[in-house]
Amino acid sequence: MIAETLTVSRADFERRTGWQLKPEGACKGDICVPLADNSDGEVVDLASLADQLNMPLVHDEAHGIWALGPESIGSRALSTVEAPNLTLPTLDGDIFELHSLRGKKVVLVAWSPY
Amino acid sequence: MWQAFRDEVKDQGVEVVTVGIDTAGPEACRAFIEAADPQHPSLIDEHHRVAELFGVVNIPNAVWIDEDGLIVRPAETSPAPPSVGVQRAPNQRAMENPPKRIVEMMTHASQIIYDAPTYEAALRDWIEKGVDSEFSLAPAEVIDRSGTRNSDTSRGHAHFEMATHLELAGNHQAAIGHFRMAHELVPDNFAYRRQAWSLEPSVDGPLARFWQGPLEGQEADWPYASDWVTDVKEMGAHNYYAEWTP
Repeated sequence: MIAETLTVSRADFERRTGWQLKPEGACKGDICVPLADNSDGEVVDLASLADQLNMPLVHDEAHGIWALGPESIGSRALSTVEAPNLTLPTLDGDIFELHSLRGKKVVLVAWSPY
Repeated sequence: MWQAFRDEVKDQGVEVVTVGIDTAGPEACRAFIEAADPQHPSLIDEHHRVAELFGVVNIPNAVWIDEDGLIVRPAETSPAPPSVGVQRAPNQRAMENPPKRIVEMMTHASQIIYDAPTYEAALRDWIEKGVDSEFSLAPAEVIDRSGTRNSDTSRGHAHFEMATHLELAGNHQAAIGHFRMAHELVPDNFAYRRQAWSLEPSVDGPLARFWQGPLEGQEADWPYASDWVTDVKEMGAHNYYAEWTP
């Protein structure tokens, strides 16, 4: 997740990271991490969440931007088998959500033109 | 090839989703997508979200997801099903007098091992039997096979996103440093390397993005620690893809 300030909208944080901020803490799939300062406001503190969820926050000072990386809980790329709601554009710019295919088997294939 | 396979299986409750991972964006993917004319969702992933979300490390890689949205096989090498015809991508026809580097790359590439018929048979078995297929893995096994994640690789993914963000903002020079960090911190991800190499100045024409290394005589200007030929020589072409485990 790219951010230009360390205060970001809660909705953006949830959409981009897949973490849902609930009263019991930050939840993803069957995992919930209790949070110390569980704000229920419209905005969240990126540095605090990064710290509590063990997500790296890389700062490019020259360009004034931060990049929040994925959590490392456990030692594997997947912490749950619940597929995240991959949301990407098609060639024509229409937005596709993976969760729209619930009820079907999906073969998700990555390729590249180089 | 995936389109032909999809046509054949689409009435069995399965959908194919292809994801073109390329920071160069939709226009770089367009010719390939239009040639394949997919009737299934065909997406563009400029930031390689599939790397951090699913553990994709190279192409082609595929993930199998069941009707309940649960991953039953994590990212692994996924040769296109060979039983339903070969469709050549544009600009990949045999060429006369290819440059020396391309000949060398083709020689290595011809030694890359993958077992397309075995993979296709497993996929068809899962489509038919679902959870009863021996190739549908239990949750603990899916997670275990999903690749390494630790504080270094997480940081590497953040650097990669920073790099693609800067690249797309037109700041190529600034992107390079973050691409280099991503390569160092996520060494298993070969797509991260190929992506960065493919964005460097190259030969003119259709081979430009396949060159994946320094131009002859300009080796000193190459900003990365390695390049395609050097890496594949070092790992051995037969190790380019991990051996497929049923």
